[in-house]
Amino acid sequence: MKSVVSVQGICKSYGKVQALKELGFSVAPGELYGIIGPDGAGKTTLFRILTTLLLADAGRAEVLGLDVVKDYRAIRNRIGYMPGKFSLYQDLTVEENLHFFATVFNTTIEANYYLVEDIYKQLEPFKKRRAGKLSGGMKQKLALSCALIHKPEVLFLDEPTTGVDPVSRKEFWGMLLKLKQQGISIIVSTPYMDEATLCDRIALMQGGAFLQVDTPQAIVDRYPCTLWSVRSGQMHRLLGDLKACVGVESSFSFGTAFHVTLGNQTSPDELRAHLVALGHNAVEVEPIQPTVEDCFMLLSKNH
Amino acid sequence: MENKVIYTEQLTKCFGDFVAVDHISFEVGRGEIFGFLGANGAGKTTAMRMLCGLSRPTSGKGRVAGFDITSQAEKVKRHIGYMSQKFSLYEDLKVGENLRLFGGIYGMGRKELALKSEEMLRGLGFWEERDTLVKALPLGWKQKLAFSVSIFHEPDVVFLDEPTGGVDPVTRRQFWELIYRAADRGITVFVTTHYMDEAEYCDRVSMMVDGKIEALDTPQNLRARFRAASMDEVFRQLARKATRDDN
Repeated sequence: MKSVVSVQGICKSYGKVQALKELGFSVAPGELYGIIGPDGAGKTTLFRILTTLLLADAGRAEVLGLDVVKDYRAIRNRIGYMPGKFSLYQDLTVEENLHFFATVFNTTIEANYYLVEDIYKQLEPFKKRRAGKLSGGMKQKLALSCALIHKPEVLFLDEPTTGVDPVSRKEFWGMLLKLKQQGISIIVSTPYMDEATLCDRIALMQGGAFLQVDTPQAIVDRYPCTLWSVRSGQMHRLLGDLKACVGVESSFSFGTAFHVTLGNQTSPDELRAHLVALGHNAVEVEPIQPTVEDCFMLLSKNH
Repeated sequence: MENKVIYTEQLTKCFGDFVAVDHISFEVGRGEIFGFLGANGAGKTTAMRMLCGLSRPTSGKGRVAGFDITSQAEKVKRHIGYMSQKFSLYEDLKVGENLRLFGGIYGMGRKELALKSEEMLRGLGFWEERDTLVKALPLGWKQKLAFSVSIFHEPDVVFLDEPTGGVDPVTRRQFWELIYRAADRGITVFVTTHYMDEAEYCDRVSMMVDGKIEALDTPQNLRARFRAASMDEVFRQLARKATRDDN
């Protein structure tokens, strides 16, 4: 099998809204593939089509070499899906949920326990608690356990970390990297651009289309111009002053600095002098490596 | 007018024998942008609900916009704005209808409402969308509109609970420009976020761990104190101290 997911010309509309516009891509076996984009990009629609829960208007999609329309039953046995919205049985306990999902797939918790052990053992103290009474972080771990208990070959995770704090997010990604080592292919979506670097390949998605697909490093390397980090002692004023500056092509705040691109006619020294003339002190203009978020903003502007 | 818009002293909330918010004391000044950070389950939402007059403290006291959060909760509600990612506007109402509804709730007159609505929608570049159903708008637009609605009645303070979650990177930054403008007008902004770059944009930041405020300072001072290059690192160092599970 060349690819675990193969998509050609997929389209889907809801009324006048085109949620997916002729999407095509493929995911290699064992890959951790990230679909990075904001709310409304079309990520969930794509996941629902690939997990055989929604029919596309046009195009073809195969998962594990099987057609998502014709072979939907076979696909469902071999994939795991964790929807963005918590979809377990709230009135069943933690243990009952896991048992239920194992039974539905004709297996037992014991048979594949090694796969979920790391994640599930954090839940064990609460195994008699109803799922509806769990906190956000615990629900997420239970949902992942339930999606894994039948030992799927491909895992589809739709925004598993949305609304989760940075420390728990990092922990979750640690779990994904371990699953990848077990040979499970993973397709995961996220609106957090900083998670992109943890994927083997990423697709930057907006408005129902992929803006670019590649390794995170290749996407960053392809950034077409020099990116400057600009700071001054007057950060609050700097926002407006950079926007008003003729030589500045783009300027975005990035935590403690602004990320700025300059037109051909303007040198960083000229920018520095201009800001000093406007009354800024401690002005720093330094070249920096773009992040995936810089690339996303540039691509979405040109799109 | 008081200069401390938010003031708490030993504010505490227990659910049974679980101490969700554990004796927190802090002040927020007029026009300040205050970042209220913490891991999931640290007690942020519970604290925010008490400050909004929606939940009675178990002990301790708090004043918001000059009113006591226990004995004058209804007055607190009139003088604050609130928005979150989960609740912002009514999806099945048009943009203009939402403004009329919220303006009406806050007791604005018809003339004032019409005037302010037009000014606000033109300022956001949304005037053409005034008859569009809110559910047809992209999330980023909705959130910018919801924020503008939450400060429509010129509250002393606005509470923003993860307002930018899932919003695209460009709109996320535009949203912060709206926050700056509100703060420049003297509206205090109390905001939670999981984007650590946004923590840098706050005047001061508090970090909640296991129901307590473990650190409170300017981002610059916090970075210096924890010898961290970014707020992300500060957050990691502090959140790692947590002993209680997020249940």
